[in-house]
Amino acid sequence: MIPARLPASLLLFLACIATAHAQRVTAVDPARSEVRFAGRQMGVPAEGRFNRIKAQVEFDAAKPASGRASVEIDLNSVDVGAADVNTEVKRRPWFNVNAFPAATFVSSSMRQTAPGRYEAQGKLTIKGQARDVVAPFTVREEGKDVVIEGAFTLLRLQFGVGDGPWADTDTVANEVQVRFKLVGPAAK
Amino acid sequence: MASSQSIAYSPIAIVLHWLVALLIVAAAALGLYMVDLEFSPLKLKTYAWHKWLGVTVFLLTALRLTWRLLRPVPAPLAGMPAWQARAAALVHAALYVLLFVIPLSGWLMSSALGVPVVYLGVVPLPDLVAKNEALGDQLKLVHGVLNSTLLALVCIHVLAALKHHFIDRDAVLARMLPFLRYRS
Repeated sequence: MIPARLPASLLLFLACIATAHAQRVTAVDPARSEVRFAGRQMGVPAEGRFNRIKAQVEFDAAKPASGRASVEIDLNSVDVGAADVNTEVKRRPWFNVNAFPAATFVSSSMRQTAPGRYEAQGKLTIKGQARDVVAPFTVREEGKDVVIEGAFTLLRLQFGVGDGPWADTDTVANEVQVRFKLVGPAAK
Repeated sequence: MASSQSIAYSPIAIVLHWLVALLIVAAAALGLYMVDLEFSPLKLKTYAWHKWLGVTVFLLTALRLTWRLLRPVPAPLAGMPAWQARAAALVHAALYVLLFVIPLSGWLMSSALGVPVVYLGVVPLPDLVAKNEALGDQLKLVHGVLNSTLLALVCIHVLAALKHHFIDRDAVLARMLPFLRYRS
């Protein structure tokens, strides 16, 4: 029914006016951006982060479909909060940073899923293994910045992260939640 | 002569005593084994099991003390020198304190080192302190010293029980180990 649909489309229209031109970002500030991950070992939540990331994002909330992103994560910058474990996760069974120093995510396919909510489809490459992932995200303004925030879950064994005896998912869960926050100045 | 009823521990007290004894031995053996393991799934498993054992000992000790209030323990054997009864009471009290404090020191250490304790992999326990590696290292030391103290007290406890059974030939051990016939 048209009368019932009208307010919704009006809202959407207003939302578009409110967001158009404002939520646009082209440069990401690595110092204020972050990529974190969370898994479980023996049922115990374990978190970590990467301290060095590089990202280029072209995103305009008015034209989400033309968005593109390229994120590069320096795996040597991994920090799980304990020096000895940081050393271990850089070794062969885990990230094997000597052979694969970086993980990348490249997307040129984005779409809006709901007002203010989007998703990026792209290729995530870790340890030379490329997989398609879908990363839902939100975009909001914070002062002069645009903040893109989202999370997705990956299966570490699809990328060979923690292979050999570590493939035992009863000890270390296969599911790893990746949370990202990319901050950059709003572009005109 | 007192009736056998009045000198015996209740079956529940006996079961809890030996269960906790078994768990302490298991936790100690695991603790000594796991610390020298290289980073491996087995290491993560043994640390988790060790913590679960510790939490279980803590809970069972709380249960034992509650049970003690409901069913007071039998009085010292008639004819035992007063100093021995006092020494036994003192060692028992110290053992109870350690059975609470040692798991607690482990839990504190785990919190300080930034690894929460999740009992049986299911029940998350709250972190007792914020992450602080220096504090964690100190607590590691405290945990070790407390356990050395426990080892010393357990040795005294066991040697005293054996002395009562084999030298004094009284009922002290038999009342905690009913299948032993006390030989008068």
